[in-house]
Amino acid sequence: MLYVAVAVRAFRRYATYTAATLAGIFTNSVFGVIISYTYIAVWTHNPSAGGYDVSDAVTYAWLGQAMIMTVAVWGGGATDDLAARIRTGDVALDLYRPVGLLGWWLATDLGRAAYHLLTRGLAPTLVGAVLFDLRYPDGPVTWLLFAVSTVLAVVVSFGIRMLVTASAFWLLDDTGVKQLQIVVAMFFSGLVVPLVLFPGWTRDLAMALPWAAFLQVPADIWLGRRAGDEAWWGLIFQAAWAAALLGVCQVVLQRARRKVVVQGG
Amino acid sequence: MALIEVEDLSRTFVVRRRTGRVRRTATEVRAVDHLSFEVERGEMVGYIGPNGAGKSTTVKMLTGILVPTSGRLSVAGVDPSRNRVDLTRRIGVVFGQRTTLWWDLPLRDSFELLRRIYRIDGTRFRQNLAEFCELLDLGDLLDTPVRQLSLGQRMRGDIAAALLHDPEILYLDEPTIGLDVVSKSRLRAFLREVNAARDVTLLLTTHDLQDIEQLCSRVMVIDHGSLVYDGSLAGLHTQGGSTRTLVVDLVDPLPDEGRIRVEGASVHKVEGPRQWLSFPTDASAAPLVAAVAASYDVADLSILEPAIEDVIAELYSRR
Repeated sequence: MLYVAVAVRAFRRYATYTAATLAGIFTNSVFGVIISYTYIAVWTHNPSAGGYDVSDAVTYAWLGQAMIMTVAVWGGGATDDLAARIRTGDVALDLYRPVGLLGWWLATDLGRAAYHLLTRGLAPTLVGAVLFDLRYPDGPVTWLLFAVSTVLAVVVSFGIRMLVTASAFWLLDDTGVKQLQIVVAMFFSGLVVPLVLFPGWTRDLAMALPWAAFLQVPADIWLGRRAGDEAWWGLIFQAAWAAALLGVCQVVLQRARRKVVVQGG
Repeated sequence: MALIEVEDLSRTFVVRRRTGRVRRTATEVRAVDHLSFEVERGEMVGYIGPNGAGKSTTVKMLTGILVPTSGRLSVAGVDPSRNRVDLTRRIGVVFGQRTTLWWDLPLRDSFELLRRIYRIDGTRFRQNLAEFCELLDLGDLLDTPVRQLSLGQRMRGDIAAALLHDPEILYLDEPTIGLDVVSKSRLRAFLREVNAARDVTLLLTTHDLQDIEQLCSRVMVIDHGSLVYDGSLAGLHTQGGSTRTLVVDLVDPLPDEGRIRVEGASVHKVEGPRQWLSFPTDASAAPLVAAVAASYDVADLSILEPAIEDVIAELYSRR
């Protein structure tokens, strides 16, 4: 199967940069500790803020660190490789192959995400588990739901990043759009402040936006704050955004291809 | 029916330029202008022209990634822009300045991915890979990441990659650019072999005229979007109105800087006892040599063929 082979190669490719991975794990662990103490201070002051207790909050801090690279909250990943190919014009070579861009790059990004989950995701979580009293999924079903939710989180994030990258077909450089997406993603993914802490309608809004699929939904499944039907609704929410974004990506890439083909490049 | 048929093909681009504070003027640029030619299966054709002559635009249309503005185009019996994806399975492309290989992965992985992309039959894939590894000496490089390969090694990898799916046509865009003399001649030998043994049609764009001299029986020269020459390499000399040169070393210089006078040739340079005589490319050198030897004391003789670079420069400058 082509896409599996592509994902495996992407995994291996990232695995060649061991030093970068180790440095990243260290950074994630340091930030995990800092954010944990910040949350402990907040929840000592208000022990049921956002419906979380203090162990929920600390666990959320470490899940956030695990998700940064896995879900590529800051952007990056396979879509950056595509952006580079658009800038240099190498993307024209991709048109000489009988495969579509979207499936190819999604497979690449999933391979990358798998590598980051096993390294930048797992290792800091183990550090957090040693230093703090974390909460864990309460059974195999919850673990499974969390796993599916993580995959969907990557796909939603990929969809957004792909749209940012595709803008380069018209703008030639996606740096500005990318920075905008980083700021929005940082805020609305709940990476800095959990979305459950947002007041009133801003919380409802944030919960409906695709960035909620990055961290808040998988974290709530992990913590058991979304159990039973709630967990399933969480997955449906993610899957709906994933499908919608991939659909838009497909249309945009089709237009981008026509632009290259019709207008030259 | 010819493998590649191009009839009255044109492609214009609209270039918008800022001419005032807000005003923009659109100008039409004709990159390819009523181009017609045919290429038969198994030919090796050199496609040359100065930068911006329309070479890449033509190749892009032939491969279906650019839609022609007007004209008719048929490659392997299909219209490229309508059947781009089908056509990708039947053509191979090599760019001297770009790579289709995966930078961070061993060469072997790139080949494996290509096997899946083109759904190459397992046995056929192994046969091809074994053959290319032997001919291109890639065996020891298969497990080296592409980023660690030298330019020559990478280029060999790229050419193997373009041929794994048994394409009928191979487009090469400056395949020898930046390579050393040994790598160049090796690559050319391989291309000759592929053309002869596999009946692959080669269309080669290049600025290195030695590529053409050593590979192509036919050369097409394009300038300002249209063909200025299509024929054999030898014919290019006649067309270019180039001359051959007979270099005569006399035993003693002629008195008063005198020049050799002989039918059918004229002296264009004198340096002591040595004189340079130009004569038309299509004339035989034998009677000229005899005539010179009959009237003068000759110490030595040699004939200079016109450099193809000069011939082509002459063709370009005519327009």
